[in-house]
Amino acid sequence: MSIFLNENTKVIVQGMTGSEGTKHTRRMLASGTKIVGGVTPGKGGQVVDIDGHQLPVFNTVAEAMSATGANASVVFVPPKFAKAAVIDAIDAAMPLVVVITEGIPVHDSASFYAYSLTKGTTRIVGPNCPGLISPGKSNIGIIPADITGAGPIGLVSKSGTLTYQMMYELRDIGFSTAVGIGGDPVIGTTHIDCLRAFQDDPDTQAIVMIGEIGGDAEERAAAFIAEYVTKPVVGYVAGFTAPEGKTMGHAGAIVSGSSGTAQGKKDALEAAGVKVGQTPSETARLLRAILGR
Amino acid sequence: MDLFEYQARDLFEKHGVPVLAAAIATTADEAQVVATKIGGKVIVKAQVKVGGRGKAGGVKLAENPADAREKAGAILGMDIKGHVVGTVMIAAAAPIESEYYLAILLDRSNRTFLVMASVSGGMDIEEVAHTAPEKLAKIPVSAVDGISAAKAKEIVTAANFPADVADQVAKVLVKLWEVFQSEDATLVEVNPLVKTKDGKVIALDGKVTLDDNADFRQPDHEALIDQAAENPLEAAAKEKGLNYVKLEGEVGIIGNGAGLVMSTLDVVAYAGEKHGGVRPANFLDIGGGASAQVMADGLSIILGDKDVKSVFVNVFGGITACDAVATGIVQALELLGSKATKPIVVRLDGNNVMEGRAILNKAAHPLVQQLDTMDGAADRAAELAAK
Repeated sequence: MSIFLNENTKVIVQGMTGSEGTKHTRRMLASGTKIVGGVTPGKGGQVVDIDGHQLPVFNTVAEAMSATGANASVVFVPPKFAKAAVIDAIDAAMPLVVVITEGIPVHDSASFYAYSLTKGTTRIVGPNCPGLISPGKSNIGIIPADITGAGPIGLVSKSGTLTYQMMYELRDIGFSTAVGIGGDPVIGTTHIDCLRAFQDDPDTQAIVMIGEIGGDAEERAAAFIAEYVTKPVVGYVAGFTAPEGKTMGHAGAIVSGSSGTAQGKKDALEAAGVKVGQTPSETARLLRAILGR
Repeated sequence: MDLFEYQARDLFEKHGVPVLAAAIATTADEAQVVATKIGGKVIVKAQVKVGGRGKAGGVKLAENPADAREKAGAILGMDIKGHVVGTVMIAAAAPIESEYYLAILLDRSNRTFLVMASVSGGMDIEEVAHTAPEKLAKIPVSAVDGISAAKAKEIVTAANFPADVADQVAKVLVKLWEVFQSEDATLVEVNPLVKTKDGKVIALDGKVTLDDNADFRQPDHEALIDQAAENPLEAAAKEKGLNYVKLEGEVGIIGNGAGLVMSTLDVVAYAGEKHGGVRPANFLDIGGGASAQVMADGLSIILGDKDVKSVFVNVFGGITACDAVATGIVQALELLGSKATKPIVVRLDGNNVMEGRAILNKAAHPLVQQLDTMDGAADRAAELAAK
């Protein structure tokens, strides 16, 4: 088992014919993902050869779904066109849409997220995220597939490279699914969505939750854990030394006044019974202690 | 990007939000000229991006142009919470009867937009929210539907605006939504929104935050950047397309990915506690898939920071290939030649790590040393900065 995706997930790539789209389609295919085609408006009807895979290109997500049976989409289109691409996928009732694109205006992401709620048929992951991977089964996005294999840990993180770092720290144990939810102010899938799914996933025995400064997602997740999660959770929060009022790379990573601080998040998580590491390596040790490995 | 009050006022005017006549001045003489043009009594207001300027003496009423000159002279150059006043706004004075509060903002927690409205304006709204939350109406606004005339009426009613101003406030709300949406703002705040003695509703003071991600479709926003306040290193980094924030420490930091770099700052600060309290000197994210050139640009900027005593390059190669990073380090050092004098601690892991480590070993540059773990490398970088 895994969350949100499995070995049968059929994936289309929106923006497959662009340079980023092509590069990552190649990587996803190499890690075993079932890529069944791509969508680029105006290029429908073409067939693209990527490492011997003949991949059809469609004008719309709806066409791609009816022709291929795809049930997930990954979006690599530039910020300017990202909103239209996601709306296209929502209109087609695509169940899972993973938006990798970085730098989408928040009015656009708030808009497509609100639109997805009105339709009620699409889960959006991201934007500005590395995607999600169930090692050995499927890999949707840009997470390197060769860091580690399948195992009992579920991981949810706002940050891409911290996801990789943590997978690397725990590479001998392995992961059921790792989800990078993205660092933007408005994201489609939250820590809470992933915690709920990991709690319900029989193959996940323990959960690593990685947060960072800004917003109150970690505090909310802490409240959810106290209420609902019975599996062990360890946490890590990045940005203890970040100064107030400076955006740290992610559009959402900013401490404003007393809100959004790493210490506040750590305190909230610990109050919910989550063991919080001060560094990635300490966090990995806490998880090892829990699993006895 | 946060705007100055006068910039917010200009955006309001552009979109038909009622505002008073106003103009800016950077000298006392200029203030007198502007005040003469506006005529009558004026308010002289310090332009700083920080709250509490009224209490600090940064807002003064002037009876006439000569008085405006004097008041501007006193306010210009004033230090308000570390912000030195370089500009004042001279605005017509209006006889105020009531003060209200209106804001449209991004509500991150609920992933939607939100209107906050109160008939108790003029004061610190966080104070109102804290002491009398019933006086602050909070109404979610759908990013799809926005604020129509009907929605505006609903909000005005929910916030208990008096009947004699309800229609005017509703119209202002629709215009503020236009500012919020068409300018790609994440915050549009009017405090106070006033009713004048002759019954007009006017936005007296405003705060606007713009979304930098929307710069590609907001060409006018570039002119709003406060060049004077930009750190020269930050400006240089921006020109190279690098995500850089100057901090007040001694260990230069380069990494890939915002989360890992933030984490690196923390790990270095912890390590620094054992080495005389040295701290990270900056945040620098070279991003995913960084090329050798990007690495070289980043290293040049860090080595150009006179506060930096050592450098920590922390890369986990996901998309980024460690060999490209290593090549970038070697190239940057060749480029800088004898100008590079600070020790560089490198930790590489992930994609093409063996190739990357081999490149650095082969170059054997005397300033560069490699460590295997993030914790170990942070400790070494802090130790070197403390020397």
